[in-house]
Amino acid sequence: MAILVQPDTKVLVQGITGGFGGRHARLSLDYGSQIVAGVTPGKGGQSFEKTVPIFDTVRQAVSETGATASAIFVPPPFAADAILEGVDAGLALVVCITEGIPVNDMVKVKRAMEGSKTRLIGPNCPGLVTPGTGKDSTGGCRIGISPGYIHKRGNIGVVSRSGTLTYEAVWQLTCRGVGQSTCVGIGGDPVNGTSHLDALKMFNDDPDTHGVIMIGEIGGSAEEEAAAWIKKHGKKPVAGFIAGATAPPGRRMGHAGAIVSGGKGTAKAKIEALRDAGVGIADTPSVMADTLLKMM
Amino acid sequence: MNIHEYQAKELLAQCGVAVPPGEMCDQPDHAGAMVRKLFDQGHDRVVVKSQIHAGGRGKGTFKSGFKGGVKLCKTAAEAEDNARAMLGQVLVTKQTGPEGRQVNKILIAAAQNIQKEFYLAVLLDRATSRPVVMASTEGGMDIEEVAEKTPEKIVRESVDPAVGLMPYQARKIAVRLGLKGALIGDAAKQILGVYRAFWENDASLVEINPLCVITDRDGKESVAAVDAKVSLDDNALYRHKNIQAMRDINEEAPLEIEASKHDLNYIKLDGNIACLVNGAGLAMATMDIIKHFGGSPANFLDVGGGASKEQVTAAFQIILGDPNVHGILVNIFGGIMQCDVIAAGIVAAVKETGLTLPLVVRLEGNNVEIGKNILQNSGLPIISGGSMADAAEKVVKAVAS
Repeated sequence: MAILVQPDTKVLVQGITGGFGGRHARLSLDYGSQIVAGVTPGKGGQSFEKTVPIFDTVRQAVSETGATASAIFVPPPFAADAILEGVDAGLALVVCITEGIPVNDMVKVKRAMEGSKTRLIGPNCPGLVTPGTGKDSTGGCRIGISPGYIHKRGNIGVVSRSGTLTYEAVWQLTCRGVGQSTCVGIGGDPVNGTSHLDALKMFNDDPDTHGVIMIGEIGGSAEEEAAAWIKKHGKKPVAGFIAGATAPPGRRMGHAGAIVSGGKGTAKAKIEALRDAGVGIADTPSVMADTLLKMM
Repeated sequence: MNIHEYQAKELLAQCGVAVPPGEMCDQPDHAGAMVRKLFDQGHDRVVVKSQIHAGGRGKGTFKSGFKGGVKLCKTAAEAEDNARAMLGQVLVTKQTGPEGRQVNKILIAAAQNIQKEFYLAVLLDRATSRPVVMASTEGGMDIEEVAEKTPEKIVRESVDPAVGLMPYQARKIAVRLGLKGALIGDAAKQILGVYRAFWENDASLVEINPLCVITDRDGKESVAAVDAKVSLDDNALYRHKNIQAMRDINEEAPLEIEASKHDLNYIKLDGNIACLVNGAGLAMATMDIIKHFGGSPANFLDVGGGASKEQVTAAFQIILGDPNVHGILVNIFGGIMQCDVIAAGIVAAVKETGLTLPLVVRLEGNNVEIGKNILQNSGLPIISGGSMADAAEKVVKAVAS
């Protein structure tokens, strides 16, 4: 079953005519994903690589193709607007890859999205993958920028704030013959649409997910929030890794949300909270998969 | 991005916040005239404040031996002496680290008769994804200490982004701070102005410590921001050209400035094992795993999505600009990038920089075997790492030996 997307989910790409959006639309198509439309205002009527129709608005794209999810590859000054356009069109899922959106824009987006049925993932995230059953897991749904071939269809859910660190965990699992149900990158920004907890709840309810790897980092309290919930309601084994134990306080470590401020958001506190909730802690990123597999 | 106190006060003043009159001074010869101007306006004392992007200035000491980065002065001559003692000198405070910060600018401001000191800040509350206004009667103190010891003394008002901070909320805060009568309205006006400064400038933090009840020569009370610290959201700078102009390169580490020119995200640390990684999470995890095996990371470095030959070379040069570095760990997960392309880039960078330090390279992902072969056949003493743990152990051992 997986969560959020199935192999046949219809996806549109906002920003498909940009270099970055185009490159990853191509890779998603190669992976076997159903990229059914692109949206670039002013370029409606054109097509992407002669196969994917381009529309001026998300509403038009949805109306013509029945797309239910969007991948946003739009530059920071315009990304918040792109998110809200997707929400307005009634999409079930909006995945915003863009890094560099002003925090206040996302504060406004979250406020505007209250009560909406759309789920936002990101921004500043690698996206998500529900692997397929073809060679190198092709035939699945890939939204974003993750390398498709590292995945394998299976029963482990992965949720992470980091991109390449997620690929580490996924690749470790795949190399051990253990596949994934869905891998979700929630992104490195301080204000985002989906938290660890949101994903964990979905994994908890998904019959195809039998265990979860969660990857966190310094900054904020999302991991502690997830830990408190896991302690009470978690039904499946969870292993975790928290990056940034050696990060100096007060500095933004790459990700806008990766900062220890006012003594809060330390790796130590997150690890303690997770341990207390029965989450298996990987001491190094090399043992993320093994830590979970030992618990299963 | 951080800015100086005098710049923060400019932004606050633009939003209607009362700040003590003052001027930025970067030449000791100008100090006297500035002080005389303030005396002419009716003030009888001035304060000379070192401008650096760090707190603890009052209790700091200059490397020259001169004590105190904030000085109260009664005469223009006194102010000039202090300006001379501070400008161009290195001030060490609890927040600068032992190397201190050179003071290139000072703020000469009218000293206030302070009756009460409060703490006021506006920042993002990550738990709610909304701005929050925090205030406390414990002004002048370290707010983290207050939060730990007497959390009940901190007042919080969450802001609904749909309407902004409402006047009634600002009044609530003023009353909780113990203010009465006309000071309630005055404080509320200041608090609303501080919030405006936060929201309109896309700040990540505006901190007024202390926000004071002051009295003028006739004993009339009012509320003013005596100190101010503002940090801006880097992601929003593109839409604030006036704030971009406030950047002070002298406050940034030279290697970090160099790195940003090449689109590399670099933060210098204290250790001796440098790392070069693609992805912020993986880069943090690489620093962590070096420490886990007993080493000490020299930096955080995220080359992002592009590990091109040029960027890898630029990254090596920046890393080698740190004399503490005795070994390098490269950890790249080639997702979309091919490992053979990355390996070729590393070999080229090593040759171009003439690197002789121990170098451990761990590659994973697309074309990893071809990439490893390129490293092996390069003729260079590059050590290949298997897993991240293996690579970290190898570099720690290589540096220790």
